[in-house]
Amino acid sequence: MKALKKLMDKARPSFEEGGKLHAFRSVFDGFDTFLFTPNETSQSGVHIHDAMDSKRTMIIVVVSLIPCLLFGMYNAGYQHWLAAGAETFPFWQLLLYGFLAIIPRIVVSYVVGLGIEFTVAQWRREEIQEGFLVTGILIPMICPIETPLWMIAVATAFSVIFVKEVFGGTGYNIFNVALVTRAFLFFAYPAQMSGDKVFVASDHMFGVGSRVDGLTCATPLGQLATSGATDATQAAASMTDIAGDPISLWDMFLGLIPGSFGETSTLCILIGGLLLLLTGIASWRIILSVFAGGAVMSLIAHWCATPTYPASFLTVGEQLCLGGFAFAAVFMAPDPVTSCRTNTGKYIYGFLVGVVAIIIRTYNNGYPEGAMLAVLLMNAFAPLIDYCVVEANVRRRLARGKAARQASPSK
Amino acid sequence: MADKISNKQVFFNPFSKDNPVIVQVLGICSCLAVTAKLEPALVMGISVIAVLAFSNVIISLIRNTIPTNIRIIVQLVVVAALVIVVNQLLLAYAYDVSKQLSVFIGLIITNCILMGRLEAFAMGNKPWPSFLDGVGNGIGYAIILIIVGFFRELLGSGTLMNVQVIPPSLYEQGYVNNGLMILPPMALIVVACIIWVHRAYNKDLQEK
Repeated sequence: MKALKKLMDKARPSFEEGGKLHAFRSVFDGFDTFLFTPNETSQSGVHIHDAMDSKRTMIIVVVSLIPCLLFGMYNAGYQHWLAAGAETFPFWQLLLYGFLAIIPRIVVSYVVGLGIEFTVAQWRREEIQEGFLVTGILIPMICPIETPLWMIAVATAFSVIFVKEVFGGTGYNIFNVALVTRAFLFFAYPAQMSGDKVFVASDHMFGVGSRVDGLTCATPLGQLATSGATDATQAAASMTDIAGDPISLWDMFLGLIPGSFGETSTLCILIGGLLLLLTGIASWRIILSVFAGGAVMSLIAHWCATPTYPASFLTVGEQLCLGGFAFAAVFMAPDPVTSCRTNTGKYIYGFLVGVVAIIIRTYNNGYPEGAMLAVLLMNAFAPLIDYCVVEANVRRRLARGKAARQASPSK
Repeated sequence: MADKISNKQVFFNPFSKDNPVIVQVLGICSCLAVTAKLEPALVMGISVIAVLAFSNVIISLIRNTIPTNIRIIVQLVVVAALVIVVNQLLLAYAYDVSKQLSVFIGLIITNCILMGRLEAFAMGNKPWPSFLDGVGNGIGYAIILIIVGFFRELLGSGTLMNVQVIPPSLYEQGYVNNGLMILPPMALIVVACIIWVHRAYNKDLQEK
């Protein structure tokens, strides 16, 4: 660590104004503050410094994503072996397969996103913001395993530029960058982002695994949406894994089902969520109210289930475990930049995310994974909710002051 | 306009400095609707140039006899008549394109650029400058439409003027057309990019 510090200190002068590597000042600065707590003091006013700066926050979010990531790797291998008709599932090989499948996608997403971020930071002579640290790992995790690398690159570039940088960079974006990437992919390349050919890897990865031809397996929600089930038993039977066996609620909770890379396992998401809550990074108000909203809407949908919308036969537990719902609730909705700021607003925002997610999923068979669109929609409304909460508070306090003045008219 | 500007400026200003779409932000609606392909965008641009030029001339000719109270109605009647002529011509000579443009030729009547030019220019200027103004603004509008249509068709369908330009070998390697480019929201983003580039080169247009 000492040697590293010495190296950084020695390199610093050539990056400063007039140095020959000045063009890379923001890159150097980014690495420097990433490794060490900066030793600068504020120039004006009174500041309280906390060790919990945004770099540390981001790192904790990344750490809390690791259970989902590891499970995603295992699941990617598991689905592949299952598709190949294997009887035994060698643990380390499955994990290695998933690892080799996801690493190129993570690398592409980071290289493209950070590349743009570094360039813009240097161009505007600003510090590098660390927002992309989380976004970069979220993007591969919410995409199907078979998404081509160049699509991830295009979508990442699009959303980093048009959702983040044009609004002023990290902390100024209206919409969640990772979700816009997903939405861009979903609308731009629907054949590669939904349907029954993309959620299970069909080819070998750098020599691991084997080639499977004619493989089709949609996500459980995708299967259900096209099943035409007319009652609850048929609906439950229509959701099968790739070998054709029905999926139980326990499978859905554990996550050994086809789906986007990191979002199948509700269990791992909850472990990550617990870490976020214990460290106080995610708002429990939002997470709780997303689940509450989802549960209420699932109950309503289940109560008036019709064969027109097969997803309405799902029980509350199934609705909350399937698809990207839990992932959106824990990692997407509580994003501090794009969600509500006021506490009352957080309840309203979260509840509506849950309700809208289930509405889209249930009543629009074209978009079985509605959680993404629900969060984006509520991102747009978050400032309005905050505004109404603040205004209501102002009005309430004005009325209280007026009442107090009338009660004691002597002065 | 208070100070007198030359005919040359009247004609050339709308191309860039005073562009109706990217500076005055008028006519955005049709810009979203007709630019999924280059061909309809081109036809729409030509139609607007024709309607705008001739309605400007006609209104300019009768500007001193129009009662102020009903001038909007008179303007609308003139524009509507011209739009019907253009529509009939398209139906006769470019039936397929006119099918693609469907209602949007008719909606030239309500295009903000037309009303804006008639009110702002033709009502107070002689026929010849009005004609130049109409053609200039029409071309300014058409340029943007063509740029947007070019990118949307190229990236969304892989074609230009319905001719395949992205080689099939690229598709075999896994290239896929961007479906979002066909959808109207991308037209807004392409227009926004044009505005971005344009303002970057014209510093005096940048808002503080």
